[in-house]
Amino acid sequence: MASAKPQKPVPFPTPETQHFWDGTKAGELRLQRCDTCEHVYFPPRPFCRECGSRSVSVFEASGHATLYSYVINHRPARGFDGLYAVAVVELEEGPRMMTNIVDSPQTPEALVLDMPLEVVFEPVSDEISLPLFRPAGT
Amino acid sequence: MQSKTVAVVGAAETTEMGTIPDASETYLIADAALNAFEDAGLTAKEIDGVASSSDSPVAIAHYLGITPTWVDGTQVGGCSFMLHVRHAAAAINEGLCTTVLITHGQSGRSGIGRSGRGGAPSSLAGQFEAPYGGVGPTTAFTIPVLRYMKAFGLTHEELAMVAVIQREWASRNPRASFRDPITVADVLESRMIAYPFHLLECCLVTDGGGALILTSAERARDFPTRPVYLLGTGESSESPMISQMTDFTTSRAFRVSGEKAFGEAGITTEDVDHLMVYDAFAHLPIYGLEDLGFVGRGEAGKFIWERNTAPGGKLPVNTNGGGLSYMHSGQYGMYALQESVRQMRGIAPAQVPGAKISVCHGVGGMFAASGTVIFSNEAP
Ligand SMILES: [Zn+2]
Repeated sequence: MASAKPQKPVPFPTPETQHFWDGTKAGELRLQRCDTCEHVYFPPRPFCRECGSRSVSVFEASGHATLYSYVINHRPARGFDGLYAVAVVELEEGPRMMTNIVDSPQTPEALVLDMPLEVVFEPVSDEISLPLFRPAGT
Repeated sequence: MQSKTVAVVGAAETTEMGTIPDASETYLIADAALNAFEDAGLTAKEIDGVASSSDSPVAIAHYLGITPTWVDGTQVGGCSFMLHVRHAAAAINEGLCTTVLITHGQSGRSGIGRSGRGGAPSSLAGQFEAPYGGVGPTTAFTIPVLRYMKAFGLTHEELAMVAVIQREWASRNPRASFRDPITVADVLESRMIAYPFHLLECCLVTDGGGALILTSAERARDFPTRPVYLLGTGESSESPMISQMTDFTTSRAFRVSGEKAFGEAGITTEDVDHLMVYDAFAHLPIYGLEDLGFVGRGEAGKFIWERNTAPGGKLPVNTNGGGLSYMHSGQYGMYALQESVRQMRGIAPAQVPGAKISVCHGVGGMFAASGTVIFSNEAP
């Protein structure tokens, strides 16, 4: 059904990233680990850029993260109302990812670097759910 | 003089700068080129190498009537022209061509005949960054700075001071878009764009262009202007996604490109009289000063605050006013190169007296790529 409001840009998976989006739809945050050197990485790719191995495995991450950095956008954006943070979080397993912080005021006072966060999933289409983060224990 | 040395023998910006509603991007690129031809005292028929980024070098060569034996369409964002200079020097030294035109124009403000851009939703950035409300450089380039502030204690006032000092330089440049002095309070009271960045900590959006002509140093004396020699160049890249930048407090691309250029030039930061650091936002000169080795990690905010980069300071930086005050059409690197060349020719509006070595450092994308060019007005 068409919506009057412009929507967020929706990711279009490729064969190399499909497992990640299948994961978020199923309520799992999936990372990859190199079978050869054990490097854990994101975003998805079918090989390890540390050692070049094509032998890599997908696993479910803990969903725990800390707030690495962010900005609070004051300009109009597709699919967003009011002020909101565009954030980068550091996952417990090491990789970082861009996301939004939910269930929190979008202010410098509330958004403190290194605060603990946990993943939640927001469906944006029938196929795609985005991994977002909220303050841990909320 | 070293046998393999290349010099800039032509340099010019577009006839007008700022808001140019009656010129397409292609014409801005050509206008800059025609002005550079005039500056160098040659015509398109004597050019045999062409480099451009936003428009294809094939299109530009044809538009200007050039028959090239070498083209370079390297497009890595705003520092593309630093890379073009580097590639052109190698091509000239290798005999692939003799006289290279590097040209640029952008209708950044008026949007006349702009080449389209934008990441596909299937790209990694389209999947893993676009859904989170980024609105371009103001929310991407800026994300690292809170981490830097926490790591090193950089204050909001110190960040604002970058814009204040660059406005001081701009006030000395008649072609600068913004020339009225500002204070730290003015910056901090200007409209918030993306916390912690205020309007006056973000670059301008204007129309304009610029062009350079390079040839071998041996031929450089045949041209009417004072030759500006290349001492060394560098380039590198890191990540197309800001979220995947290895360390938000330092740019790997800056470090690698800078080391390469200083190594090739055989100089240290102590030898540098003048520095340009691409400033799309106020934190860029801070990262540039540290990653090029002019100051230690975490020291650049204080270094700028204490007026070392200001008029009268020991290291004049961004003497045209920079992207924050002079102009910024989208790919600012060309204007930084133009100011370095002016300083080395001794004709800059805010001339650094006796300057002999200028370092010009560019960024492409959001810390995605980098290029560094070291110039001198003395033959190596
Ligand atoms: Zn590996």
